[in-house]
Amino acid sequence: MSLVSIRDVRKSFGELEVLKGVSLEVAKGDVVAIIGRSGSGKSTLLRCINGLETYQAGSILADGIEVGGLHANLRELRRHVGMVFQQFNLFPHLTVAENVMLAQTVVNKTPKKEARDTAAEVLAKVGLSEKMDAWPSQLSGGQQQRVAIARSLAMRPKVLLCDEITSALDPELVNEVLRVVEQLAKEGMTLILVTHEMRFARDVGTNLVFMHHGKVHETGAPKEVFAAPKTPELQQFVAGTGH
Amino acid sequence: MTYKLQFAELLPYWDVLLQGLIFTIILTLVSTAAGIAVGTAGASLRTFGPKWAGAIVTTYVELIRNTPFIVQLFFIFFGLPAAGVMLSETTAAFLAMTINLGAYSTEIIRAGIQAVPKGHVDAGVSLAMTKWEVLRHIILNQAFRKIYPALSSQIIIVMLGSAVVSQISAQDLTYAANFVASRNFRNFEVYLLAALAYLLLAMLTRSLLRGLGRVIFKAK
Ligand SMILES: Nc1ncnc2c1ncn2[C@@H]1O[C@H](COP(=O)(O)OP(=O)(O)OP(=O)(O)O)[C@@H](O)[C@H]1O
Ligand SMILES: [Mg+2]
Repeated sequence: MSLVSIRDVRKSFGELEVLKGVSLEVAKGDVVAIIGRSGSGKSTLLRCINGLETYQAGSILADGIEVGGLHANLRELRRHVGMVFQQFNLFPHLTVAENVMLAQTVVNKTPKKEARDTAAEVLAKVGLSEKMDAWPSQLSGGQQQRVAIARSLAMRPKVLLCDEITSALDPELVNEVLRVVEQLAKEGMTLILVTHEMRFARDVGTNLVFMHHGKVHETGAPKEVFAAPKTPELQQFVAGTGH
Repeated sequence: MTYKLQFAELLPYWDVLLQGLIFTIILTLVSTAAGIAVGTAGASLRTFGPKWAGAIVTTYVELIRNTPFIVQLFFIFFGLPAAGVMLSETTAAFLAMTINLGAYSTEIIRAGIQAVPKGHVDAGVSLAMTKWEVLRHIILNQAFRKIYPALSSQIIIVMLGSAVVSQISAQDLTYAANFVASRNFRNFEVYLLAALAYLLLAMLTRSLLRGLGRVIFKAK
C-alpha cells in the first residue's frame, strides 16, 4: 500500500507545461531521491504533493487524501505531509522553541507546555537542545535548517518533503544537515527529497527518480541506476555532476 | 515692534484650552487605534483576500489618498445628512480621521506585508496553518516591525492634521484657540501657545512611539 501515490499528474503554469504526466509510488519507509536538471519540474512536483500548487490532470493520493480534490482537506493532509525548503524560512520574530511550537499550538491546539516538551524532543533529535531559546538570527545556516526540520517533525508527519535543503548552505555546513536526514531515514521516516547530493542519494536513498522535461525519465534502486544509467540523458546528467 | 506679549490674558481661558488639548489627544488616540485596525484589515484583504475584496480596498485607498482631508470631513459632516446620516461634530471628526488614517495605513502595512519573504507563507502553510493563521501569527508581526517608523510618522501627521476638525466645530485644541482669540483678541499669544502645544505633543508622541516600539519589538 503506497503512502503517496502519484498518477499521471499534469501541471502547467499558463502556457508552460511543467509536469507532463508524472507517476510515482512511495511506500512507507521509502527514501525517494529526486534528481534532475534545473527546470525539470522537481520542486513543482513536491509542491503538488502537499497542495502548495494545484495540478490540472491526474491524481495524487497522500495518506489516503486526494490532494487535488475540490473539497480536499488540505489542513488534514499537511498535518501528515511536512515540507522543508531550500531557504530555511525560520520566523525571525520567534525564538527557536517558539518556531517549533507555533503550528502545534495554532493548528493542533496543543497546550504550551506540552508543545514545548515536543519542541525539546525534536530539537534534541536534530542536535540543537541548547539553542531552544536562541533567535534564528543567532544561528548558522546549518543550524537554521536543522531547526526547520525539527519544526516539521513537531507535527509528527508521516512523510517529509525536502526540496534541496542543503543547496543554500556553505559546503562545510552541508554534512550536519545530511546527517540529520540520514538519521530520520534510519528511523523509518518516509522521505521524498530533491537533491543535488549524488553521493547522499546513492547511499541513503531507497529509490532514485531522475526527472527530465517534466517526466520521470528513469527510476530504480539508486546504486544500480548510478552504476549503469540506461538512458543517455541520465548518463549525461551523472557525468555532468562529476560522479 | 512695540507689541507687548501678555500671556496673562490667556489665564482666564486655561480650562477651555486644556479641554481642547485633551480632546485633540483623545481624538488622536482613538482614531489612531481605529485607523490602524482598518489599515490592517485593508492590507490583509488586499494581499491575502479574494480579488473583489482587494478591488474594494484599492478603490477606498485611492479615493482617500487623492482628496483633501478637509473635503472628506465636510462630506461626512455636511454632505451625509442629505443622505439621512446625521452625525455630531465629534463623531464626524473621529470617523473622518479613522477613515483617513485607515487608507494611508493600508498602504503602509501592505508594503510591510509584501516585504516579508514569500517563503514564510509556504513554510507556514506547509505546517498546516491556514493562510489567515499564517497572516496573523507570522506575517503581520514581521510587517509591523518593518513599517513601524513609517506608521509612527503617519500617526504624527494625522495628529497635526486633526486641527482641521475645528472647521466643523469639533472642540479640539485649535477650536479652543479660535474661541479664545475671538474673545480676547490676543491672536499672537493664543496661536503661539497652540503651536507650542502641538509641537510638544508631536515630540512627546514621537518619543512615546519609539519607546513603545522598543517594548513591543524587543526581540531581534
Ligand atoms: N510559480 C511559477 N510560475 C510560472 N512558472 C513557474 C513557477 N514555478 C516554476 N515555474 C517554471 O516551471 C518550471 C519547473 O520549475 P521547478 O521549480 O519545478 O524546477 P526544478 O526542477 O525544481 O528546478 P531547480 O533545480 O532549478 O530548482 C521552470 O521552467 C520554472 O520556470
Ligand atoms: Mg527546485
